[in-house]
Amino acid sequence: MATEIVLISLLKILVVVLTILTCVVFLVYIERRVSAFVQNRVGPNRTGPYGLLQTVADVVKLLMKEDIVPRNAYKAIHDLAPIISIGVALSTFAVIPIGDTIELFGRQIKLIIADVNVGILYILAITSLGVYGITLAGWSSNNKYSLLGGLRSSAQLISYELSMGLSIVGVLMVSGTLQLDKIVQHQTTYLFGWLPAWNMFLQPIGFITFVTAAFAETNRLPFDLPEAEPELVGGYHTEYTGLKFGLFFLAEYANMITASAVITTLFLGGWHLPYVEYVGLSSFILSLVYVGTFCVKVAAVMMFFIIIRWTLPRFRYDQLMNLGWKLMLPITIINVLLTGIVLLILH
Amino acid sequence: MNVETIFFYLLGAVFVGSALMMVTRRNPVIAALYLILNFFCLAGIYLTLHAQFIAVIQILVYAGAIMVLFVFVIMLLNLSDERRLSEAISFKKIVAGGLSVALLLELLYIFVYRKTDLPTLNAERSIEIGTVESIGRHLFTKFLFPFEVTSILLLAAIVGAVVLAKRRLD
Amino acid sequence: METLVADIWRSTPLVLLTLVGLIALLVEGSGKGRAAAVYWISLVGTIASFVLSFLSLNTEEAAFNDMILQGGYAAFFGMIFTASAFGTLILSRSYLRRLHTERGEFYVLIVFAAIGMMLMASAIDLIILFLGIEVMSICLYVLVGFLRTKLTANESALKYFLLGAFTTGFLLYGIALIYGTVGSTSFRAISAAFPAVSNQPLFLLGAAMLVIAFSFKVAAVPFHMWAPDVYEGAPTPITAFMSTGTKAAAFAAFVGVFLGAFQIAGSKLSEVIALAAAASMIIGNVVAISQSNLKRMLAYSSIAHAGYMLSGISAANREGETGILFYLATYTLMNLGAFGVLSWVEQKDDTKLTFDDYAGFSAQQPFLAALLSIFLFSLAGIPPFAGFFGKYYVFLAAVKADLTWLAIIGVLTSVVSVYYYLRLVMMMYFQPGGATVEEPPAQMAFIAVTCAAILVVLFGIYPSLIVDLTKEFLNI
Repeated sequence: MATEIVLISLLKILVVVLTILTCVVFLVYIERRVSAFVQNRVGPNRTGPYGLLQTVADVVKLLMKEDIVPRNAYKAIHDLAPIISIGVALSTFAVIPIGDTIELFGRQIKLIIADVNVGILYILAITSLGVYGITLAGWSSNNKYSLLGGLRSSAQLISYELSMGLSIVGVLMVSGTLQLDKIVQHQTTYLFGWLPAWNMFLQPIGFITFVTAAFAETNRLPFDLPEAEPELVGGYHTEYTGLKFGLFFLAEYANMITASAVITTLFLGGWHLPYVEYVGLSSFILSLVYVGTFCVKVAAVMMFFIIIRWTLPRFRYDQLMNLGWKLMLPITIINVLLTGIVLLILH
Repeated sequence: MNVETIFFYLLGAVFVGSALMMVTRRNPVIAALYLILNFFCLAGIYLTLHAQFIAVIQILVYAGAIMVLFVFVIMLLNLSDERRLSEAISFKKIVAGGLSVALLLELLYIFVYRKTDLPTLNAERSIEIGTVESIGRHLFTKFLFPFEVTSILLLAAIVGAVVLAKRRLD
Repeated sequence: METLVADIWRSTPLVLLTLVGLIALLVEGSGKGRAAAVYWISLVGTIASFVLSFLSLNTEEAAFNDMILQGGYAAFFGMIFTASAFGTLILSRSYLRRLHTERGEFYVLIVFAAIGMMLMASAIDLIILFLGIEVMSICLYVLVGFLRTKLTANESALKYFLLGAFTTGFLLYGIALIYGTVGSTSFRAISAAFPAVSNQPLFLLGAAMLVIAFSFKVAAVPFHMWAPDVYEGAPTPITAFMSTGTKAAAFAAFVGVFLGAFQIAGSKLSEVIALAAAASMIIGNVVAISQSNLKRMLAYSSIAHAGYMLSGISAANREGETGILFYLATYTLMNLGAFGVLSWVEQKDDTKLTFDDYAGFSAQQPFLAALLSIFLFSLAGIPPFAGFFGKYYVFLAAVKADLTWLAIIGVLTSVVSVYYYLRLVMMMYFQPGGATVEEPPAQMAFIAVTCAAILVVLFGIYPSLIVDLTKEFLNI
């Protein structure tokens, strides 16, 4: 029995990691096409049909390039930093439910790698570690641009982590659990009999602040100060080449996927497709529909990420700090207070 | 020997090892990294004791927030390797070292030979205690007062930090 | 919910002071130039809390799930802390205005420190004790280093902070070990388990850690090294606060743990404390003789006084406890008064703090010289001033507990102490010179110090005024 559980878990991990890695390849392609569309360009269209293989070619290029470590860099940390980044980006997915249970070979399998009691806290804890990859990369490169990028990153993450955590508190209060699959279960009901009880509707303020904080935590525009090209060359990864640069690149997009998945799970009803349970599908088909729904929702959120990136300018550093501490933090605290009051009145 | 015991000794070994490395490293950033590793092992030990909540909080607060700030400040100050202190071995140091060794031996003696003195707690109860629900319930009933006092403590600390660090006081 | 409300009503002195602190903070944050308003709010808050403490002296009830004990012992100490905070607030105002650094946060932090002290005195759980010590200490670290442009202030704040943080480690480790042996942090549980665990090495180790931590907080030898430097560098009103309120709070916690939760009479712990007491009395008094800076002299004198009071703890009997309470109440009055006068003579640039600067003080300021003399006589323990009876009670307790050697050391070192206290009196009255105050003290501060002097004389003549108060709630 014990070995079976281990095997199933390993299988789940393998599937999820491979899916994410494949997704990243296409995500980069989509991002480039969308950016081209926004900027009225053509974008990659030569390698493979519609340029679909462009990213694959890029990956091959990165793999074959020489790994250069600056002479005065701190070698061990320089090597460690990208590993931390990608490890953190991938391990967040462990607690995200990508579907309800599915029946395979006569077994009920939960579509979540680790159904831990403290799911949300796990996500917060792991994402809070992502900053080490960037900071250490910046420090160990022994380059002033890298260091500045690393410093900015740690300051930014500390500032927005608080708002991120506090935005979730509202969701916790509404659903009364820290377990992510229970939070999704809670969102499968309907408000007034017709509106899906997604936390997006129950926690509109929390939703907006969480998405904003998620942008900051993933270092996406308009919060990409750690790698602001015009100011810092490449920011923390200026001194990285080849595979290690590739890992940072991968981590950035993996982070985006994870963030989208977390937003989907916490605020957009997770894998649940409203009203589908009334259609009367067989349980196996229903499970597949749920997984499909989850993927579509995540894809939609990612699309949102991409469009935002190519339409908004970057914040200035002081604007970033002001937004984080003087606007986001009070708003999230007020949200917690309001949620508490409403819950008190309802019960 | 069950899995938990093996994990405990494994984590314990890394825990002590990383603590020693942290104290002996010259480079402050490397020392801080060993401290982070140390916190991870501590979180792991909490997990073997079924204290999920404390384990996650240990990582979230210490490794994820406080140490980030530490590393940030160390980098900002651009501290280089600490030079070796030229202080010779003095009487004070010998006494301090002797006392520390005595304390260590004493504790070892207690935990190896006088284990029976210690109160025992059965494992089933510890699973109950470690959950978020149980901690939350205790925090807002029996320990409500310390919880509130902690907020006063933090408030005082924030006010103090601002008073000392603010550039202009007008 | 009902019990919560009842608990809040039970602990009004504490809750009220907390509310006042928070309101003062809001007022300070609401705009510029609110320091005066913050000062008055804090002042009124301490007075109200003092009155409420006084009114709750005769009741003694546990509150908040046996976390704190209100009334009685806590109320008695609450009166000392609020009085000390009140005096400090008054002295601070004129001091800060003279230096043009008046800030509302200063007063708020004093109020918060007083809250921490009240928690320490009322704690019947080690967690609350720890939190109280931290609330108090963190406020004090900041207050000590408040004059940011002054190097000595920075030095003393840093020293105090680093050593204080180190001490917190000892305190927590001690609490952890005690929790490990007893399985609870509540005084009641520890007290019940004490006969069974008192000889276990782990428990003794934990208790020893607590002795170290408390010895640091009361500035007893061998953990006294910080006191002279910190006392010298801190703003003088804060030095007064630390040598009175903080010391009283540390002793309240010390007594609460070692006489309330533990029963240390005749045990090894009592011997350890007796040794620390003897060392504090000898080193404090002998080193004080060679000091030329008055703040340092008073710092060493406060170490010596910690020694006298420790002998009361080591005696671990009812007389000892009464003695400590009486001692702390009167010591607060005389030390606040002495530092008050010092802060008026002191110059902006930290000069005029030596013995020689007081030559001929009585000719210029006869009344202030008389006040200072009263405080110094009392500190030396000369009857009929209150200081005499404090010493009398603790030494009597020591003799009753078969610690006669300790009482003899106490008496002998007291004789030594007369030398340096009276040296200042000699300076003021018999040396020619033109010492005077920087500017006449503010009216309120002047009245407060005068009242302290009157009380020092009054309690010296009628010590039963305080002793009777303590009889209600002491039950050792």
